[in-house]
Amino acid sequence: MDAVLFLVFALIAVTCAANLVVQTHPITSALSLIGVMGSLAVLYLLLGGEFIAAVQVIVYAGAIMVLFVFVIMLLNAGAERPAGRSFVARYLGVPVLVIFLGLLSYVIQSRLPASEAVRFGEFQGGAPAEVGRLLFTRYVLPFEVTSVLILVAILGAIVLGRKEL
Amino acid sequence: MNAVPLSWYLILSAVLFSLGVAGFLIRRNIITVFMSIELMLNAVNLSFVAFSYQFRQADGHIFSFFVMVVAAAEAAVGLAIILALVRTRRTLEVDEVSLLKF
Repeated sequence: MDAVLFLVFALIAVTCAANLVVQTHPITSALSLIGVMGSLAVLYLLLGGEFIAAVQVIVYAGAIMVLFVFVIMLLNAGAERPAGRSFVARYLGVPVLVIFLGLLSYVIQSRLPASEAVRFGEFQGGAPAEVGRLLFTRYVLPFEVTSVLILVAILGAIVLGRKEL
Repeated sequence: MNAVPLSWYLILSAVLFSLGVAGFLIRRNIITVFMSIELMLNAVNLSFVAFSYQFRQADGHIFSFFVMVVAAAEAAVGLAIILALVRTRRTLEVDEVSLLKF
């Protein structure tokens, strides 16, 4: 069951990611990215990250992607013009990408110690209570610094969004 | 065939990251380029959560939580910059805004 779930959602994630790269219209890319994020949330659940799966759906697929879709609608962004790509980019891009991927997979398979099988429900540490305890004890300083970062980001967005810079 | 090894998750993460890099390099619409960056951040998050499972500690979850917070801040500021860019230059093509001063 675990293997089936992993394979199905990994396939969805890779397909949506490839679609994001291939499509020329930004709204199609945005919807593909939402597909990637949804299937990644299921994979987080399989790995025992309940809190992070919920945050992935709420913050990433919810808030950030709504912002993206909103900006695409606001700017009325259309499909990009076909590019006059160079010879190297057109004929060597995909093979080089495949070679790079093969190298990465080989390194992961050979250099990592024999990795155990992932069983759903074996790791319980990703529950919201556990993550919250860590956030407010060991990671309390980064957590508070993050709030300053958010404040700066809000101010920056407001300043950049004014009529005249 | 009941469980998959952890390295499969890492390979999936590598695949998604590579696709994000490819999108970053070949797309010329600035919004799509920005979405490719988000895809790369997601791939790294998957690695964090997978290693968190490996070591049976929730620290990786905390890290990916912080990555999400930074991504949200980045999206807000980045999209505001895109809005300002479109207001002054009337274009979304990254090739047409390759000069810092003009």
